[in-house]
Parts: sequence; structure tokens; C-alpha cells
Amino acid sequence: MTTDIQNYLNDFDQLQTNDWFAKNRQSALNLFKETGFPNTRQENWKYTDVRPIARKSFSNINDQKTTVSPDNVNAIRFTDLDCIELVFINGIYSVEHSRINELPMNVVVENLADALATDNKLLEKHLSQYADNKISPFTALNTAFIQHGTYINVPDNVVIERPINLLFLSKENPSPFATHPRNLIIMGNHAQTTIIESYIGLDEANYFTNAVTEISLSENAILKHYKIQQESQRAYHIGNLNVMQNKDSKLESHSIALGGSLVRNDIHGQLADEGAEIIMNGLYMTNDKQHVDNHTRVDHLKPHTFSTENYRGVLNGNSRAVFNGKVVVHPQAQKIEAHQNNANLLLSDDAEIDTKPELEIYADDVKCSHGATVGQLDQDMLFYLRSRAIDEETARSLLTYAFADEVISKITLPEIKQRLEYLVVGQLPDAALIREFTNE
Amino acid sequence: MSTNTENVEDLVRKEYEHGFVTDIDTDTVPPGLNEDIITFISRKKEEPEWLLEWRLKAYRQWLKMEDPTWAHLDIEHIDYQAISYYSAPKSKDDAPKSLDEVDPKLLETYEKLGIPLQEQKMLAGVAVDAVFDSVSVATTFKEKLADAGVIFCSFSEAVKDHPDLVKKYLGSVVPAADNFFAALNSAVFTDGSFCYIPKGVRCPMELSTYFRINASNTGQFERTLIVADEASHVSYLEGCTAPMRDENQLHAAVVELVALEDAEIKYSTVQNWYPGDENGVGGIYNFVTKRGDCRGNNSRISWTQVETGSAITWKYPSCILKGNNSIGEFYSVAVTNNHQQADTGTKMIHLGKNTRSTIISKGISARHAQNAYRGLVKISKNADNARNYTQCDSLLMGDQCGAHTFPYIEAKNSSATVEHEATTSKIGEDQLFYCMQRGIAEEDAVNMIVNGFCKEVFKELPMEFAVEAQKLLGVTLEGAVG
Repeated sequence: MTTDIQNYLNDFDQLQTNDWFAKNRQSALNLFKETGFPNTRQENWKYTDVRPIARKSFSNINDQKTTVSPDNVNAIRFTDLDCIELVFINGIYSVEHSRINELPMNVVVENLADALATDNKLLEKHLSQYADNKISPFTALNTAFIQHGTYINVPDNVVIERPINLLFLSKENPSPFATHPRNLIIMGNHAQTTIIESYIGLDEANYFTNAVTEISLSENAILKHYKIQQESQRAYHIGNLNVMQNKDSKLESHSIALGGSLVRNDIHGQLADEGAEIIMNGLYMTNDKQHVDNHTRVDHLKPHTFSTENYRGVLNGNSRAVFNGKVVVHPQAQKIEAHQNNANLLLSDDAEIDTKPELEIYADDVKCSHGATVGQLDQDMLFYLRSRAIDEETARSLLTYAFADEVISKITLPEIKQRLEYLVVGQLPDAALIREFTNE
Repeated sequence: MSTNTENVEDLVRKEYEHGFVTDIDTDTVPPGLNEDIITFISRKKEEPEWLLEWRLKAYRQWLKMEDPTWAHLDIEHIDYQAISYYSAPKSKDDAPKSLDEVDPKLLETYEKLGIPLQEQKMLAGVAVDAVFDSVSVATTFKEKLADAGVIFCSFSEAVKDHPDLVKKYLGSVVPAADNFFAALNSAVFTDGSFCYIPKGVRCPMELSTYFRINASNTGQFERTLIVADEASHVSYLEGCTAPMRDENQLHAAVVELVALEDAEIKYSTVQNWYPGDENGVGGIYNFVTKRGDCRGNNSRISWTQVETGSAITWKYPSCILKGNNSIGEFYSVAVTNNHQQADTGTKMIHLGKNTRSTIISKGISARHAQNAYRGLVKISKNADNARNYTQCDSLLMGDQCGAHTFPYIEAKNSSATVEHEATTSKIGEDQLFYCMQRGIAEEDAVNMIVNGFCKEVFKELPMEFAVEAQKLLGVTLEGAVG
């Protein structure tokens, strides 16, 4: 394995950063050096082989020359959504395309690299505190290469009405490249906001995104977090979302995975005080030779905490999807409620799903349930549609759409909902017909 | 003519065996495991050369393996060189002469389970006098089985009398080097049971009945092999509701089932080995590999288990659904109390078309116990229309215990339907209140609720064991609430 990581070690030496975080970078790199890339003998990576990533030599130092025309960006951004927007091109923050304006008082939204350059006690207190480098070598790698990304600080009692959209664009480069975006979101007491992370690959770019997002929610904070992953068909995407939740805080996480050739998404929620609640909603649609792996873990550390999870998958072609949802109820975390559900639609004989909903419970006064299903479209429903003169293919598409819509319909922001519905329908045969049916 | 020769041979062997037994009594095998010990065991049991080779091969594989650590269990390091792998049968003189000499606690439990006095004596190992009528009962059973053509004997007898059958099927379901404990068992197993049901025969009785009266002295490394030939049927019960004590801490058994076309095997287990005391001291380590192979079309294998004993249980009775239309079933109740740990579940490997499997698992955890369900449902590419339904429920009693669920589902066929459901909750306070308000004592109410919780599994057990299993549950959970 040493040869696989050599290229990362070399790039790290060239990085030459001298800020207060340098020591943390070095120790994260040492950790990565020690563990190397994970392999399928490790339980956490049993079904996902990352050798395609390990074998490739990606450049981690990105020149800032890659440019994207404003038209290109406009085609991607939510034009009809009034939002605060940060745009990153091949991992580098683009001042030109970003729109940070009319921020409420004392709210900080900026490029993490800029925040790192200044002396910032708050940043020191929070950065790299919630994403454990030991849990995934990829997180350690990200920490070693921390530079660009987003730093958001919403002080106590501030409600930001406009969503914050983080747009990570990747565009073909002469040589394959890796980006390590890092986002840190700190929400004060009673703070509220909505954050969208979009990962979009232009053309058939060949790259590796290794993103880590850390979130700290203080008392009564409410965050709605959306992740829309539409990487290019040749891209690798590893994403880690880590959240620490305080008393009565609430996180709503919606994760939609549509693109990428090899994708791994980790969500780790820690319900650290009473009344904390996490809702995890997810949809993965795979086709061709895609491999999409979703791992979630919720730690109920204190009594009266709540988690709800609903992940759905639609698998086609030669694709493979993995789901692993873990709920850990720690000793003395009584009166908690945890519900989890994973449903999968296997549409092709060459597709494969590996799902494992796990419960680890060390307290007795709990209400926990989980369910997992693998199946096909309901024959009765198909018959119903066919008997109403809808041809088979359309009927199938319609039902598939209905299956996926279970997740999308839970999204409250109409602009995002519409776009996702559009994207999901676009993945199905007879898209135009379905839109006719559904857009009334 | 041929029967005559056999009789003569039997006679010769018997006499020899007799002398042989006295021989082993004086034999002491030093603790430790090496090829000499394995050769010694094999020679003592007069095994054919191929079996010795098989054992040695398993041992060599075992040397290359490591203790499994993936289970959700906290196992103290086991020194495999400190164990004596062959202990001579105990002389009858050491056995208690009457029930007065037996541990009163044990007798109390027998009483609660409602076990008849004669059986109590047997279970406690009291040297039973010849008048005990079960001996004659057993003989009648033996005749009845022989009439039907069913072979049911100890494993060593089978090796001598039916070597072809043993050679054909031994290790065909659980290969010698399947896993760490199976490899260890394959190298050093001392005895066990062998059962063969010929074509088209429906075994005239539940082998449980026979088993319970006849043989309760199971070895430390037991090996069971059951072969159901085409269109045959057998129901087999292993173990006993009565608590079993044993000085051997480590038990690593292997059970292999083979069901050919249209055959059906129902295998029920009641496991109640010594679980250790309230502080988790002592108790049996029960590391069992059980696997059934639905080799023929339309075959069916059903596992039912009630696991209440042992300090640590590591056990996954599985079904390989090779034949088209074959059916695999797993019904389990696992109860852990005090410091007991259990990591148990099943694997359903769907290979044939239209294969179906059902998994019902009920875990009950009390006080400091840890109870885990671990299962795999695998639908291979060619298993068209495969169907699985899994339900795992856990009941928790006490705020120090744990209940865990680790179900793996791997599906590669688009016509497969797999459903998994699991719930974990505390024993219903409302239900308890309802019962107590109607004058039912708390402990009885708990019993009632727990039995209701396990009903789906108990109804799969042979009748008389279902009744005893219910009582057993009560005894195991005594004092768990309050």
C-alpha cells in the first residue's frame, strides 16, 4: 500500500503551510500514513473496494487557472432561489462566481482558507473537533489537506432566511486531480439556517472529491442540510458529514446521490444532550457500473433523543449500492426513540444491493425499530396502470418515480424539490411523459 | 447368512470394546493439542486411516487460523494448549449414589421444570439401577427405528458400521476448515450422533423422544450428521430443558444436515448449559457451527432453537438453499440473564430458484447480559423469485443490558423479495400493569408476557418441549424484574 499513498505524501510536502493548524495537518497525515487506504477486510468497508482510488495518482495541488464561464455556473445554480452562494472550482474558492451579500449582523460566511489565515479562536475551538480522523483514513487525508471550503458561523438567536448554497464544481483538467473540501458550520443557541452542498461534475471530468463537513449545533439550533451529489460519471466521491448536537437542537439531513462512479457517503450524528433530534433522508439512484455506498451512524448519548432515518435506492444496470445504518444507544440513554428504514428497488438482474441496518442498544427504556426491504415494482399497481391504457414502460417509470418521490416529497424547500424531481425523472425512461403526468 | 456374520462381528467387537473401555479409564492425556494427540484419539476410536487424515488436515488448517473476533462478544483469551482433548469416560463409582448427593439447587430447578423423578436421577448422573424402565423403552424404540430402516447411532458406531455413508457426507456441509471452531472440532471431535433416513421413509417417531431418554452425555467436541434421503422426513431434538453441568468450559460442536430431493429435516435445540453464577464467573462457552444443506429440489430444513444457557453463545444455524423450491426456516429464542452473552442468528444462502426462507428471532436480555442477532440473507444471481422474510424482536429488562441487531442482506437478483424488520423495546409497562391490576403477581405477569413474546417460536417446537421451554424461560428469568 505504501506506493499508493506516496503521491499524497509528496504533495503534502509541497503544501508548505505555516498557520496555526499546521501541527494538526501533520498529525492527520501521519495517521493516514499509518493506516493507508481501507480495504474490504475491514467491516466498515466490506462492500466497497477503494482500490480504484488508491491506485490512481491524483494531483492534490490545484493551480487556480481552471476557469468556468458565468454561463456555465448560471446553468447550474438555483436561478430562481434567492440564496447566499459560494462557488468552488476544482476545489478552489472562486470570488468571481460567489455571491455573499446582505448577511445578517455578525454572521460569518467565508472561504475556510481565508479564515485559517487569520487568528481565529472560535475556529481553533471547533475545527477538526467533530470529524474523527481515526474513523476514516479519508477524513485524516482531508484534514491533512485542509485549505478551501466553507466556514459558517451563525451566532445566537440569528435566523438566516436565505439558504446558503455551496457549489463545488469540477471540470476536466489535463491530469486527474483530487480536492479535499472542508466545511465547518457552527450554529449558536436558537440559530436557524438552511445549507445546500452541491457537488457537480462538468463534462466527463476525471477526479476525486474527498469532502468533510463538520457541524456543531448549540441549544435549540435548527439546521436543514441538503447534499446533492451529481459528480461526473468518471468521478470518485467520498463524503463525510459529522454533526454534534446539543440540547433540543435539530438536524434535518437530505442526501441525494445521483452521480459518480465510486461513491461513499458517511453521516455521523451525535445526539449529545436531551431533546436533540436528527432526521436522515436519503435517495440513491444508480445505473451502469456505478457503486454507491451510504453509511450512517447515530449515537444516542443522552436520554430523550430522537432519530428517524429513511433511505431509498433505485438500482439499474450493472450498478451496486450499499447501505449501512447504525444506531447506537449508549448506557443510560433512556426514553429515546430511533426508527430506521431502508427500501430498495432492484430493476436489473445485474445490479446488487447490500444492506445492513444495525441496532446496538445498551439501555432498556427505548423504542427502536428498523426495517430493510429489497424488491420489485408491485405487480398489482402495474396491472392497475396497464388496465388504464398506460404502456408497460411508462407504468414502470411512473411507479419508480413514485418510489423515489417518498424521499423527495419530504424536502420542504420548493426550489430544491422541483429540481430534484426534475433530475430523478430525467433518469427514467419516458421522462417527458412522466412529467406530463406529474406536473399538473 | 450375512446378518449372522454381523452378529458374530458385533459380539467380537463388543467384548473387545468392553476391555477397551477399562483401558481408557486408566489413560490420561496431557493437556495440549498436536498431531500425536489427534492420532491418539483416532487410534483409540479405531478409526479408518482416511478419517485420521481428515482430522490431521483440519488441524493443519486450524493452526493457520485465528480466533474470530468479529462477534459482539467479550471472550477471555482461550488457551487451546491448556485443554485436555481426550478424557476417559468417568467411572460409575464417582457418580452420586442417590439424589441426596446431588446439588440441591439443581434439584430445585428440576422440580420447577416438572421433570419426573426417574428422569431427574438420570439427568443428574445418578447411577441408575437396571430396573429403570426407560432402558426397555429405549430398546423398543431401537427396534421400531430399525424396522423402518432408520440408522440412528453414535458417531463412532457409524464410522465403524456405516463408513461409506459417513465418508460420503462428513464435511460436505461444513468443510473441515470452514471456520476456527469447526476446524478445531474436525480435528478433535470425540463423538456425537449420526442419523440416516432412507428414501421415502418418514421417521416413525420424533428422535427427540428417543434421545431424551437415552443419551444425555454429550461430549465437549460433538459432531452430528443427519442425512435425509429422497422424500424422507425426520424431526430431531438436541439437548434438554434440564440444566446441564459440565466441567469442560469450551464446547465446540458441529452439526451437519443434508436434505436430498423432497426430504424434510426439522432440527430443534434446547440449550441450557451452565451459564455461570450471578457475577458471571464460570459458565460454558458454546461455540457451535450448524449448517443445513437443502441439496435436492423441494427439500426443507427447519431450525428451531431455545437458547437459555451458556456464558457465551456463538451460534449461527444456517441453510444453504441449493435445490429449486427448497425452504429454509429459522426460529429462535435466545435468553440472556446476568452476565451471559449471546451472538446468534442464521445465514440463508439462496442459490436455487423459487427458494424461500423465514427467520423469526426473539432475543431477551436481562440484567447485565448482551444479546445480539447476527444474520445474513444472500440472494445469488440465479435464485429467481427467491423470497425471505425476517423478523427480529428484542425485549429488554433492566437498564444495564444490551440488545443488538446486525442483519446483512445481499441481493443480486431483481426478482428477489427480501424483507427485514426489527424492533427493540422494554417489557410493556402497560401490559404488566394490566396483569398486576388483575391480581397476577409481577413475576407471573412477566412470565406471561415473555411467553407471549416467544410464542411464534415455541409453537415450532415438538409439543412436550414447548411446554417445558415455557417453564424454562420462567426459571431463567427468575428475579430479572423488580
